[in-house]
Amino acid sequence: MTTSPILEVRQVTKSFGAVDVLKGIDFEVIPGTVTALVGDNGAGKSTLIKGLAGIQPFDSGEVTFEGVKVNLNEPRDAAELGIEVVYQDLALCDNLDIVQNMFLGREVKRGLPLDEADMESRAGETLKSLSVRTVKSLRQKVSSLSGGQRQTVAIARAVLWNNKVVILDEPTAALGVAQTEQVLNLVKRLSEQGLGVVIISHNLQDVFEVADYIYVLYLGTMVVRLKREDTSPSEVVEYITGGKTNNAGSNGDLV
Amino acid sequence: MSTQSDTPAYLQAQNSTLKDTWATYLGRVRGGDMGPLPAVIGLIVLVILFSFLRPVFFTPLNFANFFTQAAVVAVLAMGIVFVLLLGEIDLSAGVTSGVAGSLLAVTMARNGLSWYVALALALVVGLLIGLFIGVLVAKVGIPSFVVTLALFLAFQGLVLVIIGEGGNVRVTDPVILAIENSNMPIWLGWTLYVVMVLGYVLAALDGRRRRLARGFSGTPLSVILIKAAVIAVVGFATVWVLSLERSTNPEVNPLSGVPIIIPIIAVIALVFGFILERTKFGRHVYAVGGNVEAARRAGIRIQQVRIAVFAICSTTAAFAGVVAASRAASVDPNAGRFIVLSAIAAAVIGGTSLFGGRGRIYDALIGAAVVAVIDNGMGLLGYSAGVKLMITGGVLMLAAGADALSRKRSTSTGR
Repeated sequence: MTTSPILEVRQVTKSFGAVDVLKGIDFEVIPGTVTALVGDNGAGKSTLIKGLAGIQPFDSGEVTFEGVKVNLNEPRDAAELGIEVVYQDLALCDNLDIVQNMFLGREVKRGLPLDEADMESRAGETLKSLSVRTVKSLRQKVSSLSGGQRQTVAIARAVLWNNKVVILDEPTAALGVAQTEQVLNLVKRLSEQGLGVVIISHNLQDVFEVADYIYVLYLGTMVVRLKREDTSPSEVVEYITGGKTNNAGSNGDLV
Repeated sequence: MSTQSDTPAYLQAQNSTLKDTWATYLGRVRGGDMGPLPAVIGLIVLVILFSFLRPVFFTPLNFANFFTQAAVVAVLAMGIVFVLLLGEIDLSAGVTSGVAGSLLAVTMARNGLSWYVALALALVVGLLIGLFIGVLVAKVGIPSFVVTLALFLAFQGLVLVIIGEGGNVRVTDPVILAIENSNMPIWLGWTLYVVMVLGYVLAALDGRRRRLARGFSGTPLSVILIKAAVIAVVGFATVWVLSLERSTNPEVNPLSGVPIIIPIIAVIALVFGFILERTKFGRHVYAVGGNVEAARRAGIRIQQVRIAVFAICSTTAAFAGVVAASRAASVDPNAGRFIVLSAIAAAVIGGTSLFGGRGRIYDALIGAAVVAVIDNGMGLLGYSAGVKLMITGGVLMLAAGADALSRKRSTSTGR
């Protein structure tokens, strides 16, 4: 891959009291590719993501976006750069409809009042560009949607804003087989549109289906970065469980 | 790739017929989102019941009284809806209205302020109280229940201090008195009626035209027509009855016309309804009430929204205090003490959820009408204030129960 990374993380750390959750992590995202972030529970995946989202700022280290050093101190900072995180718990408002959720926090106005028609048509176009077909009405309340549909709305919302990096936290965890397939297709389409996509998942089958690069976190350290073609699920499992470390010799790139 | 038949369902025409719209509505009701439906049914049942038990209930005089009785609760309820939408509560709204009302009365009677200065003072004090509550809740992090319960006690004392010895302050200013005690000329009532109906039809048609221009299906004309017809008929009946001579002694004291408080409440409802349903701020209020974390992650400034709703609520409460002072033509040390639960009841009966995220301004008006009809009808039946309080409390409990059950139901059918 010749393209330079859009997002680069260098030596970031984060502690909660005496617990060092991130012990100097390096990480990068390349536009037009899918980067998977795997690791066991407590490895620090969520903490890394929350740092990038500006929800829990890092203690130290450096984040560069499009070659410029940036500070991510609140969600707004990440949003302004074009980093969008789609959370496991989805962060949608059940009492609002699809359009309202997709434009939440970035509503389009026509003078003082909201421009509902404009938002509705843009939401429709975005869903269509992602070949979403499962939704009946854009004015459906999100509470009436299935898990897959909710995930779809959350991802489509990330696309709507011409974001450059989309981070998906366990996007398929709660989904059935058919819905998982739909969401994974959506993930591929995001990277085809030139976005840098990061996917966190426990499901290695999903990871191997969509990811170009695989990063493995183990107890707060980034153990290895692998290219999908050069590795296998069993090797990744060894890294995840600590059965194999980078020093023990691997065919992956040294991080 | 995308041929005509390939168009996803959500880009095809929706609710483009009366039948579709009705089916969508039924689906919503079954899903637990009943809106003001129970309140409307309750209101109709109560009106029939009281008219049957007490024919005087259904006279023009009592009809006009009903509006002036309902006004204070209605204004207060509209303010409280904002706070309830966040899942917060303001128990001090009633006594805030008492503070504002007594300030108004005292500064006019003892300090000789003109009505507009006193009114502005009352509203500004309401605003400051709201900002104070908002900061304590949003920035300091005290639960709104505790903050406003503390103020509920403190402001009862404050009203005593403002009014001081004497125990009762008379309001004599004709403008303030007019709010609850004067009627519009007959012709003005009819003019406003025509403006209201035309305004609704034009706004609905304009919304439809704008959606059609975007290639969406707009609200079907039949639906607009039916809604307009309901508004026209109900409005006509109201204005017609209120334009009849209703004095018990017409030769000495002729009395007719739409009470001035009705257009005042209508304007507040329209402005608040616009804020909640058509502006960015209103959307953020619903979002914070629906899912705080989602709102925060969407970049909404939660604390500002919180402070703003308390500011709106208390300022509205202050105006309710002015209305109450106008109605009683005086302010006493009990001002506003008992009214807050009626107002919360009105909002909840109208379909506002105590859990936040659901409810509308117009529904609070229907709820206020239910509360006022119970109060008025039972008063005519000769029940004491004690019984009325108990019944109103029971109705609040009923509405809150229905709210909790429908929430349970919508979470079980929702996913």
